[in-house]
Amino acid sequence: MIIIEPKIQQLLTEDALGTFPDECCGFLFGREETDGTRLIIDILTVDNSKEGDKRRRFEISPLDYMTAEQHALDHDWTLLGIYHSHPKHPAIPSEHDRIAAQPFFSYVIISVMSNDDVTFRSWLLNDEQQFEEEKITDNHFTLKKV
Amino acid sequence: MATVIIPTPLRKFTNNTARLQVKAGTIQDTVQELTVNFPDLKKHLLDEGGNIRSYVNIFVGNDDIRNLQQEKTTVKEDTVVSIVPAIAGGSPDASGNNADHTSITFSKEELGRYDRHIIIPGFGFEAQQKLKAAKVLVIGSGGLGSPVLLYLAAAGVGTLGIVDFDVVDDSNLQRQVLFGINEIGKPKVEAARKRLETLNPHIRINVYNTHLNSQNALDILKDYDVIADGTDNFPTRYLVNDASVLLGKPNVYASIFQFEGQVSVFNQLDSQGNRGPNYRDLYPTPPPPGLVPSCAEGGVLGVLPGIIGSLQALEVIKVITGVGETLSGRFYIFDALNFESRTFNIRSREDNPINGKNPTITALIDYEQFCGMRAVEEKPLKEVTAKELYDWQVKGEKFQLIDVREPHEYSIVNINGELIPLATVAANADKINTEGKVVIHCKMGGRSAKAIKELEEKFGYKNLYNLKGGILAYIDEVQPELTKY
Repeated sequence: MIIIEPKIQQLLTEDALGTFPDECCGFLFGREETDGTRLIIDILTVDNSKEGDKRRRFEISPLDYMTAEQHALDHDWTLLGIYHSHPKHPAIPSEHDRIAAQPFFSYVIISVMSNDDVTFRSWLLNDEQQFEEEKITDNHFTLKKV
Repeated sequence: MATVIIPTPLRKFTNNTARLQVKAGTIQDTVQELTVNFPDLKKHLLDEGGNIRSYVNIFVGNDDIRNLQQEKTTVKEDTVVSIVPAIAGGSPDASGNNADHTSITFSKEELGRYDRHIIIPGFGFEAQQKLKAAKVLVIGSGGLGSPVLLYLAAAGVGTLGIVDFDVVDDSNLQRQVLFGINEIGKPKVEAARKRLETLNPHIRINVYNTHLNSQNALDILKDYDVIADGTDNFPTRYLVNDASVLLGKPNVYASIFQFEGQVSVFNQLDSQGNRGPNYRDLYPTPPPPGLVPSCAEGGVLGVLPGIIGSLQALEVIKVITGVGETLSGRFYIFDALNFESRTFNIRSREDNPINGKNPTITALIDYEQFCGMRAVEEKPLKEVTAKELYDWQVKGEKFQLIDVREPHEYSIVNINGELIPLATVAANADKINTEGKVVIHCKMGGRSAKAIKELEEKFGYKNLYNLKGGILAYIDEVQPELTKY
């Protein structure tokens, strides 16, 4: 389970809508409880450094990644995951997402179908290198059953 | 000692340690030391050949070792080495082909097999890679599904899924060329799998011996890149359309009836990122039940699904490979009787209930009800089951039995009903008793229901019973030795 409070969801939505029709991306920071529940406390928005089709791809530069690790260290948080948007696509990981995915990280995908149709889903890699959905709570957006 | 910063996702392999001290030397030495001390790290840092994985970046200070001396880069006593996972991803490709085809390789046998594809200018090796990387779900393995599956398997589509709940029946063989007499009575998906495996051993085949419904559709469809809908009924057609739209997958559609066939490509994303129209842009809601008969009731010329299914397979291949212009935004109709083809343009509608401006459908619904199959009729028909009818016969109850099928059907098999074909029922009303029980039957119960309605409305009959499931149900439950068709 991953807790994303409304104010964090607001930040994610703003980034996704502001970057539309390109994909947005960034980092998620917070704490992990002993039972595995994750609480997102802050996000860090970074540039989509993909050269080429930013509408269908995102890439985070290694220097931004190192900044994110340092950011976590400075605040005594854990770097818990990555978020990115799927403009005009459901919040389901693509094969591109799966191939590049890291263990441990929560991958929060923001589906932007229109200005007022923004939905979130979160995914975790299992030991077979396949994504499994991680339940998001405190979601005041209508979750589509996709 | 130099310092190595382990990225968060890999810390579970280093006892949750973020910073490790290593001896000075080169990056090669550093990686060696790490993988010896923490063996689980190895598969995340190195590929099978022992080289640093392309998705792993190693930085010395703020410099990528790719810009320094690669693995020979010096690591000094005060150096900070950072392991940085590449973070990337994205939405499925515009072509609908979700998998990355560039890493696809072929065996010698496969290269020989697909040579006639690979040598086509404008198709070539890359299109063949895309075919092998692709996963296509074919819904229905009947008249349309047969040619679609045969040609897609032959073409080398890497993964084929087949959904069908039915078993092979002798009356299928008139058009369903996947099957032969040895498969009669077997589940269609199993028979199809066997046939396709002998055609192309280089592909993977997944079968779903089930009714596609609102509960399982998203789960089954989600693993595929392209959907090919070859179903023969409206509930499944709307279900497949809506599930494809909700999942953002292209749906290559075909249907046939008597002498006419239709083909289109729905919900395809073009290279500009615009999504093409879907079935609901064409038909927002289904026709009233009974207005459009199914093939089982209305018939179909056996070669027609061969033609239309081949066109459907063609469009699937174009959607996967990106070669040519697909039928996205267009609707193709083939009239076999006059040998005429027409192509209409279709557009997305703002009032499309699933992906228009104000969508009212955000999840799968009850499609049987939506298509009126379960709607409560104003005046329900009186029905009799095959078993009840048999009881009446055994007990010697008096009733009149009317068969409203066509004469040629009557000659295949009958249960001694008086033959009055549906179209002539009103004209022959004087032959139908107005008192005492009258049981009316056809093949499956559809035409007899219409006959009863007509007789009740025009002549005020109150004594008519519809044989539920028609003569087929009677044969199944009472006289299995009779011929089914």
